[in-house]
Amino acid sequence: MLKDIQLSLTNNEIRLVRKMLGREPNQLEWAMIDTEWSEHTSYKSSKKVLKLLPTKGRYVVIGPGYDSGVIDVGNDYIITLHIESHNHPSAIDPYGGAATGIGGVLRDIICMGTKPIALIDPLRFGMINKSDHSKWLFINVVRGIADYGNCVGVPTVAGEVEFDESFERNCLVDVACIGIGLKKHLILAEARYPNDLLILAGGSTGRDGIHGVTFASKVLSEKSDEERSAVQVPDPFMKKLIIDATLEIVETGYVRGLKDLGGGGLTCSLSEIAAKGGCGVEIHLEKVNLREPDMSPIEIMLSESQERMLFVVKKEGLEKISKIFEKYDIPYSIIGKVTDDGYLTVKMRGEVLARLPAKMVANAPIMHKKSRKPEYIELYKNIKPPEEPKNLDEVFLKLLSSPNLCSREWIYRQYDHEVGIRTIIKPGQADAAVLKIPNEKFLAVTSDGNSKHCYLDPYYGAAGCMAEACRNIIAVGGKPIAMVDHCQFGDPNKVDVYWTFVEAVRGMADYCKALHIPCVGGKVSFYNEDTVTNSAIKPSPVVMVVGLINNAKYITDMSLKMVNDAIMMIGLTKPEMGGSEYYEYIHNLIGGIVPKVDFQFEKRLHKLMDKIIKKRLAKAIHDCSKGGFAIGLVEMCFPNNLGVEVDCSKIPSINCRLDELLFSETHGRFIIEVSKDNVEDIMELASKMNIECNVIGRVCGNRFKLKMNDHDIFNFSIKELKNIWSQALPKYLGEI
Amino acid sequence: MRIAVIRFPGSNCDLDTIEALSKIPNVEPHLIWHEDNELHKYDAIILPGGFSYGDYLRAGIIAAHSPIMKQVKNLAEKGMPILGICNGFQILIEANLLPGALLRNNSLKFICKWVRVRVETNRTPFTYTLNKGSFLRIPIAHNEGRYFIPKSELKDLYKYDQIVFRYVDELGKPSNKANPNGSIDNIAGICNREGNVVGMMPHPERASQSILSPYYTEDGKKIFESLINYMRMVSLC
Repeated sequence: MLKDIQLSLTNNEIRLVRKMLGREPNQLEWAMIDTEWSEHTSYKSSKKVLKLLPTKGRYVVIGPGYDSGVIDVGNDYIITLHIESHNHPSAIDPYGGAATGIGGVLRDIICMGTKPIALIDPLRFGMINKSDHSKWLFINVVRGIADYGNCVGVPTVAGEVEFDESFERNCLVDVACIGIGLKKHLILAEARYPNDLLILAGGSTGRDGIHGVTFASKVLSEKSDEERSAVQVPDPFMKKLIIDATLEIVETGYVRGLKDLGGGGLTCSLSEIAAKGGCGVEIHLEKVNLREPDMSPIEIMLSESQERMLFVVKKEGLEKISKIFEKYDIPYSIIGKVTDDGYLTVKMRGEVLARLPAKMVANAPIMHKKSRKPEYIELYKNIKPPEEPKNLDEVFLKLLSSPNLCSREWIYRQYDHEVGIRTIIKPGQADAAVLKIPNEKFLAVTSDGNSKHCYLDPYYGAAGCMAEACRNIIAVGGKPIAMVDHCQFGDPNKVDVYWTFVEAVRGMADYCKALHIPCVGGKVSFYNEDTVTNSAIKPSPVVMVVGLINNAKYITDMSLKMVNDAIMMIGLTKPEMGGSEYYEYIHNLIGGIVPKVDFQFEKRLHKLMDKIIKKRLAKAIHDCSKGGFAIGLVEMCFPNNLGVEVDCSKIPSINCRLDELLFSETHGRFIIEVSKDNVEDIMELASKMNIECNVIGRVCGNRFKLKMNDHDIFNFSIKELKNIWSQALPKYLGEI
Repeated sequence: MRIAVIRFPGSNCDLDTIEALSKIPNVEPHLIWHEDNELHKYDAIILPGGFSYGDYLRAGIIAAHSPIMKQVKNLAEKGMPILGICNGFQILIEANLLPGALLRNNSLKFICKWVRVRVETNRTPFTYTLNKGSFLRIPIAHNEGRYFIPKSELKDLYKYDQIVFRYVDELGKPSNKANPNGSIDNIAGICNREGNVVGMMPHPERASQSILSPYYTEDGKKIFESLINYMRMVSLC
């Protein structure tokens, strides 16, 4: 039997399966185990390391292990959050891959009984200013997200994009989603009550997406283009109907379990609901609504056709639920029932085709991987700093138009970020999006990643992603309350790669522990490498952090607002140039010391900012990160075309050359606009908490004037800078 | 005053429109599933934005042929105020309740953006209390919003005062720069000859609460309030 099908299981796993079952599984059973034990669905290589992340906290209702994390936001409301990626499919079919990625994460939100209210898209590509392939991927991924997200009626409110050569063959297409609902309607993916009915609803089951998870659990090769059938077909219209119908059905109170069909198809969903609920399930394949007539049992059990949901319902509710499906014209069929035997039983016209213990299928044995610090780490750390450029004007203008720092408007204009009428802070207005939620509170949402930092120092790089995301939340007036993470790495069987994974998780975990921010979910995507260039992506953990804002008056954006206001710098600038845009884009230099994160300092910084926000002392807040101080400051000038006069000698700093002062990406810094009357208060608060802080200049005119004592550094018109910044992306894409 | 907001499969601004209407005194908004057949019980009808039937085939065309549109046509002939927003506008055009066509944006991309429009006529129920020549800030979000009509018919639009909104710049001029999608003569909204059926690409329901507006405005609300005042006037006559 075994020799007829291609398995990804290791020899050890094959032996273990035989031992656990006490018999030779048949072909269908092998295929089911193979799928469910793949890296993609089982987390077998990562589970142990992910345990480092703290998962408990005062807001947490449900932590990792379910389709979404669940947070209590008060007044009987919960929010759900999850992050997913569709990297492999998008690398081959960028439009369909990106679109179906959204479909997947939406299902994770609705299957908790909550309504999706926001999408967030962190994306990573090769250098679009050099590579036509990356340009093609980028344009079509954005279009795929737009077409799907816009149609389904969930606003895309935030995201980020990073360009780096390491993503040339393996682009990273992540998507995160936030849902909201009443706590009493929360539903878990569990089958707890024998004789409850299993209803499969939504799209029909076809041959698309078969072996999607095993496809995702290996490296891309030249042949990958032939695997386009492993990418599913998007249908946002059907998804919209499923969202509406599911939420209506959840309100009937008859639903006792809900699970989406994603990676691993029916096999995954059935074994997981049974294992989690401590029951068994029995299904009849002839009841499954098929797209093609002659599908084999293996194909039916593994199909990853999109837009399908599995409902576990009380028998009494069948009539009412059926009516709702019929109202929305959603095909559905009762495919089986919950049993009390703990087995996943697959039948076809009465004949048993497979019978496996659900817990065994759902719980792949954990793999212990070896790790070793890659040699390059120490090598790159000690490189010599580049010579200080004579013409900083040129450097600044080049940075402003670099793919990683230029305006993102070309992207977010294509996303409907208003639908749902809750987007208060919109893309481009501040460091995070702010959403109105029905309990009169506000939710701040952001995502962050930094592969350049993580490559040189995965520990501080990943901790830095958390630090930056939290600063983003704080900059709009929020308090970070939870995070989800997405770890994206190369082949975990390579010791070097695995070491970077462990270090990155450790970095995020240490930050989360110190700042009491629970991790409520996440995702791991390994094998992001290809055999064509024989290289892996840079380590790319990505985090999404959500924050709560209790009062509308605390909401702040980053635009400078009034002439003569003071501009203040909070935090100390250090010459931490490793992985900076300045080193990499200007000097073509990989190496140096990556910005460190001081956890104790971060705690004090969060407290200080909380006081500044609650007392409403700042009119604009912007975190200082990618591109450094100069880029951060100019971004604050753009919205209202207001200029500044700043003396850089006033910036609190330590051992910095001028270029380092301007472009270092040191963590723990904010630039704020303050009316002159409030300067004293802020200085006092900062000094009490032992945080460096200084007035560095004022808002005035419409020019960007930076000097060092009496020596002029920059003097540009804001309009000119804004043109360069906002036209860069369309120029790279050949539109202007 | 009872307003029907019709929900087609794939509508996605229906609940937003209901929410915006519910904040206006004396308005009772009702979400009406497209299979409902008692539209005559309402005082006005709104076709909300979204992607009815996934916008498959062509934006708005499938919904335009759904049974409920027969009732909408009858009621339109009887003079009931009817507003189509975005996809609703596309449906009204495909149903031949409004002239012209809505083509793909000239950028060939979806555009989500706050724009400024000028009120060109106040003879419709939806602009009744607005001043002709006044300005509104309302966001657009569409892929197929480029209004087109042959030159000869365009003349008629002017002749019969059927242009309701035009995209304008900060100086109030319908300039090329202010035209987000390439619409002919910067047209953002039109009405039928009688003036009771209005279609517009911008989303007033998204501009009805100051907290949602980058300008702290509530210009969208004015369109709904206008309808209420118009209905009050009609009932007094």
